Amino acid sequence: MAENKNITVDSKIPAGPVAEKWTNYKAHQKLVNPANKRRLDIIVVGTGLAGASAASTLAEMGFNVLNFNIQDSPRRAHSIAAQGGINAAKNYQNDGDSVYRLFYDTVKGGDYRAREANVYRLAEVANNIIDQCVAQGVPFAREYGGLLANRSFGGAQVSRTFYAKGQTGQQLLLGAYSSLNRQIELGKVKSYNRYEMHDVVMIDGRARGIIAKNLVTGKFERFAAHAVVIATGGYGNAFFLSTNAMACNCSAAMACYRKGAWFANPAYVQIHPTCIPVHGDKQSKLTLMSESLRNDGRIWVPKKLEDAKKLQEGTLKGSQIPEEDRDYYLERRYPAFGNLVPRDVASRAAKERCDKGFGVNNTGLAVFLDFSEAINRLGKDAVAQRYGNLFDMYEEITDVSPYEEPMMIYPAIHYTMGGIWVDYELQTSIKGLFAIGECNFSDHGANRLGASALMQGLADGYFVLPYTIQNYLSDQITVPHFQTNTPEFDEAEKQCIEAEQALLNIKGKRSVDSIHKELGHILWDLVGMARTKEGLEDALGKLKALRKEFESNLFVPGEAGNGMNVELDKAFRLKDFITMGELIAYDALNRNESCGGHFREEFQTEEGEAMRDDANYFYVACWNYEGDDNAEPTLIKEPLEYEAIKVQTRNYKS
Amino acid sequence: MANITVNLKVWRQAGPKEQGQFKTYTVATDTDTSFLETLDILNEQLVEKGEEPIVFDHDCREGICGMCSLYINGHPHGPATGATTCQLYMRRFKDGETITVEPWRSAAFPVIKDLMVDRNAFDKIQQAGGYVSFNCGGAQDANALPISKEAADLAMDAASCIGCGACVAACKNGSAMLFVSAKVSQFALLPQGQIERARRARAMVKRMDELGFGNCTNTGACAAECPKNISLSNIARLNREFINAKIKD
Repeated sequence: MAENKNITVDSKIPAGPVAEKWTNYKAHQKLVNPANKRRLDIIVVGTGLAGASAASTLAEMGFNVLNFNIQDSPRRAHSIAAQGGINAAKNYQNDGDSVYRLFYDTVKGGDYRAREANVYRLAEVANNIIDQCVAQGVPFAREYGGLLANRSFGGAQVSRTFYAKGQTGQQLLLGAYSSLNRQIELGKVKSYNRYEMHDVVMIDGRARGIIAKNLVTGKFERFAAHAVVIATGGYGNAFFLSTNAMACNCSAAMACYRKGAWFANPAYVQIHPTCIPVHGDKQSKLTLMSESLRNDGRIWVPKKLEDAKKLQEGTLKGSQIPEEDRDYYLERRYPAFGNLVPRDVASRAAKERCDKGFGVNNTGLAVFLDFSEAINRLGKDAVAQRYGNLFDMYEEITDVSPYEEPMMIYPAIHYTMGGIWVDYELQTSIKGLFAIGECNFSDHGANRLGASALMQGLADGYFVLPYTIQNYLSDQITVPHFQTNTPEFDEAEKQCIEAEQALLNIKGKRSVDSIHKELGHILWDLVGMARTKEGLEDALGKLKALRKEFESNLFVPGEAGNGMNVELDKAFRLKDFITMGELIAYDALNRNESCGGHFREEFQTEEGEAMRDDANYFYVACWNYEGDDNAEPTLIKEPLEYEAIKVQTRNYKS
Repeated sequence: MANITVNLKVWRQAGPKEQGQFKTYTVATDTDTSFLETLDILNEQLVEKGEEPIVFDHDCREGICGMCSLYINGHPHGPATGATTCQLYMRRFKDGETITVEPWRSAAFPVIKDLMVDRNAFDKIQQAGGYVSFNCGGAQDANALPISKEAADLAMDAASCIGCGACVAACKNGSAMLFVSAKVSQFALLPQGQIERARRARAMVKRMDELGFGNCTNTGACAAECPKNISLSNIARLNREFINAKIKD
């Protein structure tokens, strides 16, 4: 892959010690005064934790906000499905937590591939998020004394996770949605439901608007603003089966990428260890079982292969296997963190056991998550109090009660650490275009710790972007409101219409889903949990062939521009998923090391742990679009610089 | 797992102003497949035949986003209790069974297409007062405001509402009282909600009435059909909140 060495990446990290950078930045950044804020329009695409919190906060400050969401209401965004919790370094449990420790755990959890300055800022504002959410009326879990309760999540040795039953994402999102509703009522936010962004409109090298499709009328509409903020989530659905919601897609991010926004670290995909295993080819999505279950659940497979065989044949049940014949492999391999190792480590360990034949269900691709010890220790009622809703959900799907038999789980695609490249101000490589939440790349490195996605989404939306965007907007105050009847908008809309018509004109034989499933298989098998050079090259060949198949043999019924056409909308997204899949494979092939969620089989220790190559790969891989989906993207490197943390091998053993 | 074949009697309606009708389709599925996945299978078959797929709302498929709806065999979200349509698995149905699938039917939720309805009225009610009016940035330390576990737990139960609209669909009057009461209760139970307590109850009830929802006659169908088991006692609390607010007028 070609590298462009002529570009020096400016990540705009402020000077000074890491703990003072954000304070210094805020003290010296440019601001927009209240009278001028009223003159500035901002488009925010997405209403998840990042999008809703940014839209409401920007409106509270006085900006005019246009806010778009793909569903029938801002409240449906997939942040709502986050179960476990949100991290903050409050140290309410008096267990030695601090901003530095949260910062350190996050950098280490990310396998030393995150940007230090961004992570420190994240850890710093995390405490403000909890204050903000409580003031909004988010009903976090509490102790009998009335103070907030905490639990533990993977990759940490302190209890710093705040939660609302197993529905923390829901409650945080409804909190942000409530603030958003207040601004909609006040007229400061205009909310567009059932709209999907198709393109970003550039005027004189700056992002000045979007083309969005009204999904009900089927027509494209034009929207202009002084700045555009993308908060459209991750690209996990490229794999077809993932824990993402059905409408989650990467098309807005791909539109930005095609217009020149770099895409950073696409190979860093998170595979969550505790999902309900795949059961058949009719399945449409995978269901996550919260990481919080690992507080009390113990993960194991049989020690004896003959027991595993009987489990696979269905002649033996997990509960019948005696204690001495169980292999609690995480506790065995990682005594210091046990069942609470980070997600990438737990996922690989599960795959290793299953690959050796110890899988516990009919497909051989499952391990046990067992609560019998917790039920004996705490009683059934206490376990039900903590995890009841998750147990019910599991039973509804599998027809097995986790109170009676251990749960069966297996890793699945869950979150994407990679995303649109942003600098310290969350601005992309396109002027006036910002990316926040899961759709940017900045804070989690090569692996995200549990309960940190909610933290990052809300940090970006409530406490970071509303400041940093002003540094950009401060010299835009004399720019009048934009019109949408310009040649730039004409051209952008024309291209959107032509692209849709091209999909309808293929008139082939295959449905969108059948091609999407094939894409998913290629990515999961060759670009998933374990990657090799040969496999990735094979994948790139197969993806090229799949694009040809898509372009020549797709069938989309109905018409464009006249009412709702769900298949057409899915086809539009699939085209981008294929390009995204290639981007993941290019990045994975380039990165000749294993780190976090990116595991190359060639680069592992004798014990099977990920082996980084800091001498050659201590950088953010930024990919630049070369004008055509069929052309290879070029690589631009942003070298990482660590001042506060000593880069070392991750150790969860002692 | 067992393979089964079911007949889906589905409401088809081309647009908001078009005349709708039932159409029956036969689909082969299995007991481990979900109800929505069975609709996916049917849609694949329709697309293969060059027909328009059935439009229905769905997203997270794990019972939390509130996007899915569907009136299945006379029940919002189908026969299972405490679960949404997306959490409904085909093991609940018999081989050869005919399953009737309709959209939410309520004046306040007009049909957009087939099984998809417009629930924007719910957003508008929330916009009238479903929040604590304060700007980001000025909050005190979270533990400076102790809240009893009982109050926090009750508020959490009320806040579990997913805004799907099953309560309205279940109600013979098309009332939105359970939905409104859940949000009013959450804030009435918490200290953060006290300052705007009366104003909120007044504003949200007024908006609900303006949007064409019916009155509550305490039948309780809403709570019985609610996929999140939102309690009917929230409606009693809403009535109390509303009367108290009116007395203050």
